Amino acid sequence: MGGYGTSKRLLVAASLWTGLYSCVWSGWSADDNAGRYGLGRAPTNQEIRLWNIDVAPSGEGLPAGQGTVQQGARTYAAKCAKCHGPTATEGPADRLVGGHDTLQTSKPVKTVGSYWPYATTLYDYLNRAMPFDAPQSLTPDEIYSVIAWLLHQNGIVAEDAVIDASMLSSIQMPNRQGFIPDPRPDVPPP
Amino acid sequence: MSDHGHSRGHDVDRRRFLASGASLVALGATTLLLGNARADKIDQTADPMRVPGSSARPYGDRSPFETATRAAAENHSLTPLQNLHGIITPSSLHFERHHNGVPALDPSRHRLLIHGLVARPLIFTVEELQRFPAASRLAFIECAGNSRNGWQEAQDLTVQDLHGLTSTSEWTGVKLATLLDAVGVQPQATWMLAEGGDAAGMDRSVPLIDEVLNEAMICYGQNGEALRPEQGYPLRLLLPGFEGNINVKWLRRLKLGAAPFMTRWETAKYTDLMTDGKAYQFSLVMEAKSVITSPSGRQQIRPGFHDIQGLAWSGRGRITKVEVSVDGGRNWQLAELQDPVLPKCHTRFRFPWKWNGQGAILQSRCVDETGYRQPSRNALITVRGDNSSYHYNGIQNWKIERDGRVRNI
Repeated sequence: MGGYGTSKRLLVAASLWTGLYSCVWSGWSADDNAGRYGLGRAPTNQEIRLWNIDVAPSGEGLPAGQGTVQQGARTYAAKCAKCHGPTATEGPADRLVGGHDTLQTSKPVKTVGSYWPYATTLYDYLNRAMPFDAPQSLTPDEIYSVIAWLLHQNGIVAEDAVIDASMLSSIQMPNRQGFIPDPRPDVPPP
Repeated sequence: MSDHGHSRGHDVDRRRFLASGASLVALGATTLLLGNARADKIDQTADPMRVPGSSARPYGDRSPFETATRAAAENHSLTPLQNLHGIITPSSLHFERHHNGVPALDPSRHRLLIHGLVARPLIFTVEELQRFPAASRLAFIECAGNSRNGWQEAQDLTVQDLHGLTSTSEWTGVKLATLLDAVGVQPQATWMLAEGGDAAGMDRSVPLIDEVLNEAMICYGQNGEALRPEQGYPLRLLLPGFEGNINVKWLRRLKLGAAPFMTRWETAKYTDLMTDGKAYQFSLVMEAKSVITSPSGRQQIRPGFHDIQGLAWSGRGRITKVEVSVDGGRNWQLAELQDPVLPKCHTRFRFPWKWNGQGAILQSRCVDETGYRQPSRNALITVRGDNSSYHYNGIQNWKIERDGRVRNI
């Protein structure tokens, strides 16, 4: 009997340990946000809001604000033209306008208008990386307006267009169907 | 060699040096200055057995006689493949590519945020990430634009200029899977945005396929020490076998999502335009490639024995075979693979050759463990045309001119 009692106590002890290990290895409770191995901490909503700068094709991540083609022309001339040229066709940095119907030729010109499949990508990129010498310095209204000007120069929106979050995510870019998932390996063996 | 013999050999070298130093005196003033600078260095070690050497140093540097450097432009630099031994690229010679400079990040202030479609968003310090169970592996990283001259007319360039955007290191960090377990990935999460903390805010969508879940790492170590700033200090993503750009450096954020985020870098850039106007997208794997690094472009060789050497690598796994041709691809012979032969790593190959002084064309081609065979340039361009800028892996041709000069053709 005494032996049995000992075994029972061992079993209880073992199951307690099992319980502890399962906490360490796979157990999560709703209020346990200290991270596995006890590392990391839960970010505040404010922290996530500040860091969460990406913009998806669905429009998720686009902020409030708006811009017109005319405003965009002014912002572009002041902050973009020095690298991309007065009409965004001269360079020296990437050409942004034109190149339509060149992708099947021997001299393809890949621009926002001829190549980019999603207009939302413009917001994501301009907001995080442009202007090159002062990234993350543009206001949402400046970004929307530069996008409006670029899309108008490419014949995608009218001269009186006003670009905002819902307008931008609804734009169908000319080369939207121009991409296919990686089919490689695509070269037959000799 | 006996001590006696060694010592005598050294004396001969010393006499030769003194003789050449004397002949320099006869040359012009500029040459003389250069000659003196070199002579001082060499003189100090003229007989290292008769003078004490230098004392210990807290952080080592290579011998002043070694001069191999990266070929550096403003936004990239190329590894001198022709000067490397073995398969590891010294951290100081690892290629660079950045899209708005190398940031100076303070590890005590740097954070990694993981959020999006997760049960518990978490934010980590670098020190916390280093407390997770560590993992380490060797892997090459190759820029998608490496070898891009292959799409165009051949230029008379070196192997470093043509193919130097690839390097192999030992990478140390925490497995991505460990961190994803920590945050609890929701079932509908199939993609992950990786974002850098540089002035480009580099952002790329990573597919959460098995290969990524099994192999991806968040790295803080490179070749036994902290990452170099050019390679992402203090944190980078490592996706072994995938194009360099998606191995996001200066990593600050991972966001789980249900679809790709379609950033500029995976739409406007790093996509491959075919002749029909369609473009390959998410061409992430770097397919098998090999290149002879010695002899190679713009070198000068002499008739006689040459240990032809080169590197082969595949983003799909191990290199299983390398063949070398010295007659422009008419005949192929098996090269020796030099250990270690590791998956998704540079693999060194060797082929003994005696050059008879006649014109020759040297080529190498490799096969990886999936059976994939490195294509000829013609085969590649037949399928893809020449409007691509990325993912070139055609066979490299080195022409040996009759005067011994090696030229890219």
